[in-house]
Amino acid sequence: MTKMHPVSVTVNGRKHDLEVEGRLTLADMLRHRLHLTGTHLGCEHGVCGACTVLVDGRSARSCLMLAVQTDGKSVETVEGLAAADGTLHPIQDAFIEHHGLQCGYCTPGMLMTLVELLRTGTELSEPVVREAISGNLCRCTGYQGIVDAALTAARTMASQKQALSE
Amino acid sequence: MKPAPFEYHRPRSVGEAVDLLASLPNAKVLAGGQSLMPMLNMRFVIPDHVIDLNSIDGLAYIRDVGDRIAIGSMTRQRDIELSPVIHERLPLLSEALHFTGHTQTRNRGTLGGSLCHLDPAAEQPAVALTCDAEVVAVGPRGSRTIPIAEFVVSYMTTCLEPDEIVTEIRFPTPSRRQGFAFMEFARRHGDFAMASVAVLLTPADDGTIERCAITVGGIGSVPVRAAQAEAAIRGKVPEEAHFVRAAEMCGELEAVADVHAPASYRQQLARVLTERALRSAAGRL
Repeated sequence: MTKMHPVSVTVNGRKHDLEVEGRLTLADMLRHRLHLTGTHLGCEHGVCGACTVLVDGRSARSCLMLAVQTDGKSVETVEGLAAADGTLHPIQDAFIEHHGLQCGYCTPGMLMTLVELLRTGTELSEPVVREAISGNLCRCTGYQGIVDAALTAARTMASQKQALSE
Repeated sequence: MKPAPFEYHRPRSVGEAVDLLASLPNAKVLAGGQSLMPMLNMRFVIPDHVIDLNSIDGLAYIRDVGDRIAIGSMTRQRDIELSPVIHERLPLLSEALHFTGHTQTRNRGTLGGSLCHLDPAAEQPAVALTCDAEVVAVGPRGSRTIPIAEFVVSYMTTCLEPDEIVTEIRFPTPSRRQGFAFMEFARRHGDFAMASVAVLLTPADDGTIERCAITVGGIGSVPVRAAQAEAAIRGKVPEEAHFVRAAEMCGELEAVADVHAPASYRQQLARVLTERALRSAAGRL
């Protein structure tokens, strides 16, 4: 066993203190140590995008980061998207509405990638969404439902924001 | 797969990192990790020590120093892509980064990491070559500035000594407006390019092209400046016949065949992309 390293990381708003081996990836820390199995591992070498999470608000492939590198950082996973009362995030609702998933394996990565895009608040178009998810592979849907869901979620979030400001 | 066991080191300064690198056997430097991490996961590399540069302060910056832009080696590709300074003063790099991986990888990946990894299809080394950039490296014997043409040695190999770390990349930025274009072809956006072309045109007062830089990437073992094609443009007015001739020369550069494409296809792509890139760059003069 190699040397253990302390990690103090906030995941979905909750702080965790743990000791990890240097080689442990962020994905494996989330799944095996914190039992947050919503983050899926497809290829484990940065191609499929299934393991995408947000680190300090920015999307990252959790198979391409070491757990020890998240010391002092804030991580968001798919488990953190819905509100505490179970209300789904607009992108989750839109995925259901548009059949944006079939087997569901790529879904957590798709959702986290799209959440980062939606938070920018820029007006979305189909090409923009398609480029945003170009790093996430889906072998079921043919992507159309996912693209439609992202565009719907963008409209929902824009109208929610407008309702709030009125 | 999972990485084989290694000792993890988190230096807080460049000096500390260099000391570790010089003293530890079989050590690898971890920058953004978007190339090293896959290689660790697949056990293509099995280092005994990993030296993580991510906790060193002061290696991530974009500075406009008049006649050049200095970028810290640990600056994230996403920050460069979104930088108004880069957009204004080094638009070729902004345009090229658009093709580099995906948002998820650009959020982590660094300019210095990409240059040191030196993948033949990578966009950033091609831009550095096109701009005649300089690479600043620090080792136990101090700091040195390396012209990019010397830095790039061969397939995924730089001239860095085993105990040196890249700290800064300098891109000359002439005051005169330049025509630029970066184009590439991959089957899916963000995939490794089967061919890429970067073009930078600097006009003279009389409307001719004073400096022409054309770099072709992704077709051979390293990105290369197409000297012959550049000569076919230099000193001439930017017009179609010269573009076609220069593009033909780029289509004759040495290319490799692999599972993705035969060499002849890569040469064809190099020719077509060069022609388009020259036209686009000229249109921006």
